[in-house]
Amino acid sequence: MGKLFAVIVAVITAISAGVFIARIWWLPPDISVLGAGLDHQLEETMVASGVLFVASQLILALFAWQYADAGDGRPIKIFPGGATPMVVMATILVSVEILVLTLVGTKVWGGIFLSPPDPNALKIDVQAEQFAYYFRYPGPDGALGVAHPELIDAGNGNFYGLDPANDTTARDDIVSASLVVPVNRPVLLSLHAKDVGHAFYVPELRIQQDFVPGLVIPLQFTATQVVKKEIVCTQLCGLGHFNMRAYIDVVPPDQFEQWLKDQAGQ
Amino acid sequence: MRTKHVASLTLVVIAASTMGAVPAPEDRAGTISGTVTFTGTPPKMRPIDMAKEPSCAAQHATPVMTENVVTGPGNSVQNVVVYISAGAPPAPAPAEVAHYDQKGCEYIPHILALQAGQPLEIGNSDKTSHNIHPLATVNSEWNKSTPPGSPPIKATWDKPEFIAVKCNVHPWMHGYFAVLPTAHYAVTGNDGTFSLKGLPPGKYTVTAWHEKFGTQSQEITVAGGDVPKVDFVFKALPY
Repeated sequence: MGKLFAVIVAVITAISAGVFIARIWWLPPDISVLGAGLDHQLEETMVASGVLFVASQLILALFAWQYADAGDGRPIKIFPGGATPMVVMATILVSVEILVLTLVGTKVWGGIFLSPPDPNALKIDVQAEQFAYYFRYPGPDGALGVAHPELIDAGNGNFYGLDPANDTTARDDIVSASLVVPVNRPVLLSLHAKDVGHAFYVPELRIQQDFVPGLVIPLQFTATQVVKKEIVCTQLCGLGHFNMRAYIDVVPPDQFEQWLKDQAGQ
Repeated sequence: MRTKHVASLTLVVIAASTMGAVPAPEDRAGTISGTVTFTGTPPKMRPIDMAKEPSCAAQHATPVMTENVVTGPGNSVQNVVVYISAGAPPAPAPAEVAHYDQKGCEYIPHILALQAGQPLEIGNSDKTSHNIHPLATVNSEWNKSTPPGSPPIKATWDKPEFIAVKCNVHPWMHGYFAVLPTAHYAVTGNDGTFSLKGLPPGKYTVTAWHEKFGTQSQEITVAGGDVPKVDFVFKALPY
């Protein structure tokens, strides 16, 4: 029975490692400037933890094979070297590994979340609500109108609670249900939620960021390919969560300018 | 234009045809008709971006526009509910089922006028889930999920009320139930006209309700054979 257990452990280990090595169920292709760093970091983590995983499982299998119960009823009397020093050593090893990965990964993480935004970044106001995203761009005046939550009237297309009657800057604001951005230009999103917690997840951009009610959260990225991909919510936000999504449309710069003009005309 | 007839009209016709010369009171019934228009500048309706729901977006060759203020030729106003708010003889709620549909991520019709107590069925013709949420304050508020292919929701509104309807899944979806205390009502079409038929002689209050412009009322007397014209003019603002 012990030898069968050893074989099963070895087979499961081999299949698990094979799935990763063969890159079955791997990440979708990266389309962002910072994605390469994240992917590199992910690979390093995978290799470090993968080697440890395979080694520890194979050693487990080896020992199970070697010391399987021979049916002679021997009681286990000793644990070589005692358990405490081994547990302490394993804890220190794993801690050092995690610390090293964190220190190395901080640079990549900081590039996304801590570095100041590009001064030429395209600024877009993103509102998440049950169960949709809305994206607001300043119109020709370059300024966004003030949002008044009490004026929100979704049925009339006023998702942000703008007050065009009294606030002239709000009159030309462009509100879209799709995130349209020019390729290769830094984009700075301001994320805020109308109601509950949501998330902004675009696997191809290697970005996943929560919306937190009451906070305005900056998020920057630069898309490097002309593509159309899905933005999905990854925080369970209510009964329509399954259907909460939008599209990011990365377009050539001239097409983006034309889109802005078309939207402003409406 | 959509008009609902008096529930008893059929009976009256049958009665009149069998009783020969005996005149029924409805023979002298009048019709109140007119037009709803606006002055000023109405707000611009905006295209609705249904990108998040491709199965709905694909149903519309051109973007659907918001319907809060729909105007027609000659400054006419569509989607105005005109009804007798006082003076009409009480009429029992009809057994005829009123139908409301969710189709192409829109409410069809935008405004469903029905009588208090009248049975109502709400369907979902889309290949996506909707969650219909009538924001009733006088009647009991509820919200119900309608997955694609689900049987129609059966409901009844017992008290008169203008109930805004929204979908908890698609924020742009917007409509109304106009639950009325009378059998005499109409919802204006694109030409802004309405007619309320089968009114026995008497004094009535005619009320016009619009979701953005509000409510106006006029006192009208219907005498035998008279066909009074009643026009409503709403003041429109661009924002």
